[in-house]
Amino acid sequence: MNVAGLYNYWIVILLMMTGFYVVISSGNLVKKIIGLNLFQASVFILYISMGKVVNGAVPILREGVTTYSNPLPHVLILTAIVVGVATTALGLALVVRIREAYGSVEEDDIHRQDESL
Amino acid sequence: MISAQLPALQVVVPLLAAPLCLVLHRPFAAWLLTFVVSGISLLVSIALLGQILEQGVIDYTFGGWAAPFGIAYHIDFANAYVLLIVTAISTVVSIFAKRSVASEIEAHSQGLFYTAWLLCLTGLLGITITGDAFNLFVFLEISSLSSYVLIAMGNDRKALTAAYQYLIMGTIGATFILIGIGLLYMLTGTLNMLDMAQRLVAVADSRTARTGFAFLTVGLGLKIALFPLHLWLPNAYAYAPSAVSAFLAATATKVAVYVLLRFMFSVFGIDFALGAMPLSTMLVVLGSIAVLSASTVAIFQHNLKRMLAYSSIAQIGYLILGVSLATPAGLTATLLHLFNHALMKGALFLALGCIAWRLGSVRLEDLRGLGYRMPWTMGVFVIGGLSLIGLPLTAGFISKWYLVLATVERGWWPVVLVIIAGSLLAVIYVWRVIETAYLGKTQEAVSGTEAPLSMLVPAWLLAIANLYFGIHTELSVGIASQAAMVLFGGQP
Amino acid sequence: MRDNPVLRIVAKIIIPVILLFALYVQFHGDFGPGGGFQAGAIFAAGFILYGLVFGTEALRNAIPPGLLRFVIALGLVLYAGVGATTMLLGSDYLAYGALAHDLISGQHLGIFLVELGVGITVSAVIVTIFLAFAGRNDP
Repeated sequence: MNVAGLYNYWIVILLMMTGFYVVISSGNLVKKIIGLNLFQASVFILYISMGKVVNGAVPILREGVTTYSNPLPHVLILTAIVVGVATTALGLALVVRIREAYGSVEEDDIHRQDESL
Repeated sequence: MISAQLPALQVVVPLLAAPLCLVLHRPFAAWLLTFVVSGISLLVSIALLGQILEQGVIDYTFGGWAAPFGIAYHIDFANAYVLLIVTAISTVVSIFAKRSVASEIEAHSQGLFYTAWLLCLTGLLGITITGDAFNLFVFLEISSLSSYVLIAMGNDRKALTAAYQYLIMGTIGATFILIGIGLLYMLTGTLNMLDMAQRLVAVADSRTARTGFAFLTVGLGLKIALFPLHLWLPNAYAYAPSAVSAFLAATATKVAVYVLLRFMFSVFGIDFALGAMPLSTMLVVLGSIAVLSASTVAIFQHNLKRMLAYSSIAQIGYLILGVSLATPAGLTATLLHLFNHALMKGALFLALGCIAWRLGSVRLEDLRGLGYRMPWTMGVFVIGGLSLIGLPLTAGFISKWYLVLATVERGWWPVVLVIIAGSLLAVIYVWRVIETAYLGKTQEAVSGTEAPLSMLVPAWLLAIANLYFGIHTELSVGIASQAAMVLFGGQP
Repeated sequence: MRDNPVLRIVAKIIIPVILLFALYVQFHGDFGPGGGFQAGAIFAAGFILYGLVFGTEALRNAIPPGLLRFVIALGLVLYAGVGATTMLLGSDYLAYGALAHDLISGQHLGIFLVELGVGITVSAVIVTIFLAFAGRNDP
């Protein structure tokens, strides 16, 4: 197995697991969103790195170039990035509202306030 | 000429209505737009179903690019059936929403509420109708993001934490689905689902296909709220506004189940999905645990919306049991239950919405004697509850019957016991409510009156539909079995 | 930050350049990296820089939030409207070939309008998000 040639997938896995771990283990609501962003960024790298064609040029139509890299993953990831931005904005807006309602952004504090009712 | 454009109109009409709703300030105008657009979508989906009954399959391409290069919508029986469910529920619940939303959400946010509703409707319809894998992801995120917004608008502060938890879990699920689609694209080179199915036949035995399938299934399991990925559902349905609980409970998870069926049967094919991968065993185990554990937890809930949310998790367990059987009969039972559960849960949540409107709370203790003060509302609840248990003459009985038949046909007797045990547990938690409402002593003077007509009529509409489709089963069973045949046949 | 002369003067020089660059990115999506999303984000960044340096009140005076809501809707209606226009002209939804006399110029025109709609909506949304967050007082 050509381990070194697959280095982009190793990076993807590393980022994915880091992001996922941050989401699960962190008690701070804002840190969870940061972890989510990391997780989504790894997926973007997965898509874009698979679009590169060996000896392929940038996918912009030019004279004298015959092999282009695949432009489709770029388009897909553009959409996915915007979705990620919208999710982050929505998540942070919820965190602001939670802070105003509960006074804290730590998950444990919020649980304690809810249980005590 | 319009009839050829119906597939596009199904999604475009709510999509165009959403920004119009954004600029309308007055709540009444926003509500009217939502109701009218839901009605138009219902008419379009009925027309599409009519076309399907004649033609069998509709294909529609966008942008002038033929499939598989462009995005194509592919409609067959399974699609048209789910489209009908989603649009019908949206129309009925939007009638209910006028008074309910006016009492639960501040006036200046109501315009934005209805905008999010229209976007959610667009997303759900888009997921159902599309034949392109990435287009599915985009619409999935549209519907998910707008449902986070809808849930966060509940008037309890716990609605915010519920929406946040749903956001985190839902985004992880959607990202898993994205990874799955990416792996499939890497393997086959196409995003069109039918084309993918053809190309997967040659490469189905590779690790990439199996990994892609696994990621897709787990991501969809999160959206379906399949045990153990169901943790977001109880809080989300309990603290959302009543109309939102009714709308989402009847549609969101059903559409996700449809997507799972579409990927399992039309893209991967039954030999791979249920043969080569151990999905059948897994789904049977998870479905059974969902039915038993969720029904048990529902018995101990004081907040009735949470009780119904746990009951939804159990019903989703039934849906998954039907899928795991891997026979056309099992799939028919699942598709039938998609429809019937939408009717049941819709009616129950609308009844709870009427109670919330009148009393301001949905705690069990506050329902004492409500059977006499609000007889019509509790009537809806009783009918919905009987349907949930599966009493004969109700829609719930029909789906349980077909499910038991399919399980017996397969010979899995323990699963039959699970299904019957689930019904018995449902008897317990429905009886709790009926006992408190009809046999409990009222504490204050008999003062409160019934809920307003605009809220009662939709609730009774769904309740009567429960009874109607429990007696006249040709339509629902007919379409469900044809849809199952289409899915089983692989490519139409 | 308004009192800091360096920030104030540099912002006044740079913000028009940012907005111009955003327009460049918007219209050169066919020939290089660019397009609606990116241009919208850069355009909004110019306005956010203004809001950061001169205060959110100044930004609100420059762009009333009611106008922003209308612009968000306008961009989306423009995008969906292009598709509706092609449907009205007899073709399928977003079949750009129907917009002009031949396929290529139809596609040019269609994609131009669609990306414009996207850019308008994205920039208005990002500025709205900024104003929504920045306008809240810390409890």
